[in-house]
Amino acid sequence: MTLRDSLPSATAQAASPMVVSEGVHKRFGALEVLKGVTLSVNAGEVMCLVGPSGSGKSTFLRCINHLEQISAGRLYVDGELVGYRQRGDRLFEMHPKDAARQRRQIGMVFQRFNLFPHMTALENIVAAPVKDQGRRREAAIEQGRDLLKQVGLSDKADAYPAQLSGGQQQRVAIARALAMEPKLMLFDEPTSALDPELVGEVLDVMRALADKGMTMIVVTHEMGFAREVADSLVFMDDGVVVEAGNPREVLANPTHARTRAFLSKVL
Amino acid sequence: MSSRAPNDVGSLPIDAVPLRHPGRTASALVIVALLGLFLYGAATNSAYEWSTYAAYLLDERISRAAVITLMLTVLAMVIGVVLGVLLAVMRLSPNRVLRSVSWGFVWFFRGTPVYVQLVFWGLITTIYRTVDLGVPFGPQFLHISTSSFAENFFWLAVIGLGLNESAYMAEIVRAGISSVDEGQYEAATALGMSWREATTLVVLPQAMRVIIPPTGNELISMLKTTSLVTAIPYTQDLYSRARDLAVETFNPVPMLLVASTWYLFFTSILMVGQFYLERHFGRGASRAASSKQLKTLAAAQLRDDKAVR
Ligand SMILES: Nc1ncnc2c1ncn2[C@@H]1O[C@H](COP(=O)(O)OP(=O)(O)OP(=O)(O)O)[C@@H](O)[C@H]1O
Ligand SMILES: [Mg+2]
Repeated sequence: MTLRDSLPSATAQAASPMVVSEGVHKRFGALEVLKGVTLSVNAGEVMCLVGPSGSGKSTFLRCINHLEQISAGRLYVDGELVGYRQRGDRLFEMHPKDAARQRRQIGMVFQRFNLFPHMTALENIVAAPVKDQGRRREAAIEQGRDLLKQVGLSDKADAYPAQLSGGQQQRVAIARALAMEPKLMLFDEPTSALDPELVGEVLDVMRALADKGMTMIVVTHEMGFAREVADSLVFMDDGVVVEAGNPREVLANPTHARTRAFLSKVL
Repeated sequence: MSSRAPNDVGSLPIDAVPLRHPGRTASALVIVALLGLFLYGAATNSAYEWSTYAAYLLDERISRAAVITLMLTVLAMVIGVVLGVLLAVMRLSPNRVLRSVSWGFVWFFRGTPVYVQLVFWGLITTIYRTVDLGVPFGPQFLHISTSSFAENFFWLAVIGLGLNESAYMAEIVRAGISSVDEGQYEAATALGMSWREATTLVVLPQAMRVIIPPTGNELISMLKTTSLVTAIPYTQDLYSRARDLAVETFNPVPMLLVASTWYLFFTSILMVGQFYLERHFGRGASRAASSKQLKTLAAAQLRDDKAVR
């Protein structure tokens, strides 16, 4: 009997927090962008993050992935401090190698795809697993083809990004992030650069991923997606969390004036 | 009005009469005629002494000097590229000291004539008679007497040309790296790649597209700059040998033609190499797929369609 079998129930296991943010601040010089963000996301849950432009949503995602270093507060992913090592009550900056290891557990999808233009779709997907994780190339290619199939692009393995539509590029980017077998996926406005008729195909892939139990934080303006798929909705403004809760309730009855003002513009 | 119904036309491949370009044809004819006149004049002008040209073109003294020129070019270029990449990376590093050293190096070596630098390298063994490395008044780790290099003008030429070249290469590489979108480095980092992996796997291959054409230029320019090594003074290269032999033949013109032929020959080979390099690093840069790639894509599409049915 393994430890997992002895756990009381699947729901109890799922309720463990994957991301915990405690009073996270981020300053760029004198400019304070995050002014104490506190929230948590449980394993297997989808959180949608909305808010006006410049409110710090992208910055917060980048902090979770340690692409930016936080200035104050604490940020944990799967119980592990992000970017620092704690000994006693002193924090020590993490060695780049350890930071890279942490990032491998977190997949990130960008608004502008950021596929590697000199590699084919399949090469984009296998590059990191082969290099970082020292996986065998054949195994990685097999997994890569499998992922391309999952995002509905098995016929585009040998196409270069410039030869793909925006929606197809973003689906390759999602497959690329999944190839690292992350515990957590971060999406930064994954559909904002797409033509309206291409948005659906990307959201479908994300929805399938959520159904499989992937923990996801999604910055988006797609309120329909938030309502249907998200377990929680967080409204951020000016570097703080203004309102958080069940997406249906927040969208139907926002309690804060700032939330109401924002939603009236995007809905 | 065509007698055929419009829906007949739909799937037929288009077979249109190509547009004529009378202006282009006329200008091409004029240029070809002028070229013919020039070639005729050159062939019949006795100053060119084509018989001497033929006798010396494959002369062993000339071909050996040509090989030496090629070696000077390649070795100096290797130093130039390696040191240039290093200088470019230093220039882009967050470390202020490294940045300044790189800037100062480029400032000096780009700002002084290569001829002057070569004269300086020729004198270096009289300026520094020994090289000592050690703790002052303490133990000595390294002691080299430069007199052993004094006769080795070939290597002084390589070093002189290489260091000068590295200053230019540094700027070319830096421009190439800066041309790559920041999001590329970020995406690589987010995938857990280290700085080294991100640079070698993602950033440099894309920078190559920008780096290679001017580097090809530099290489060809280097081939010809080697003729300045007489400043060291090194006299075994192609141009120096051709000049020496001209004294023997009492006519510099055919020997200049011989040297030019060899320079052109090497340049042509280098240009072929550059073509293949550009094609290699240009992959994915354009929407247009290669014919081989279109075949694999079409095959994959067919396979997929069958699988759906
Ligand atoms: N590297 C940086 N240096 C200085 N300021 C920055 C930097 N990155 C972000 N900012 C600032 O931080 C603020 C928040 O930016 P962020 O990109 O997180 O907003 P956002 O909520 O994602 O907006 P959008 O919806 O437009 O993407 C902005 O005012 C931006 O100018
Ligand atoms: Mg943003």
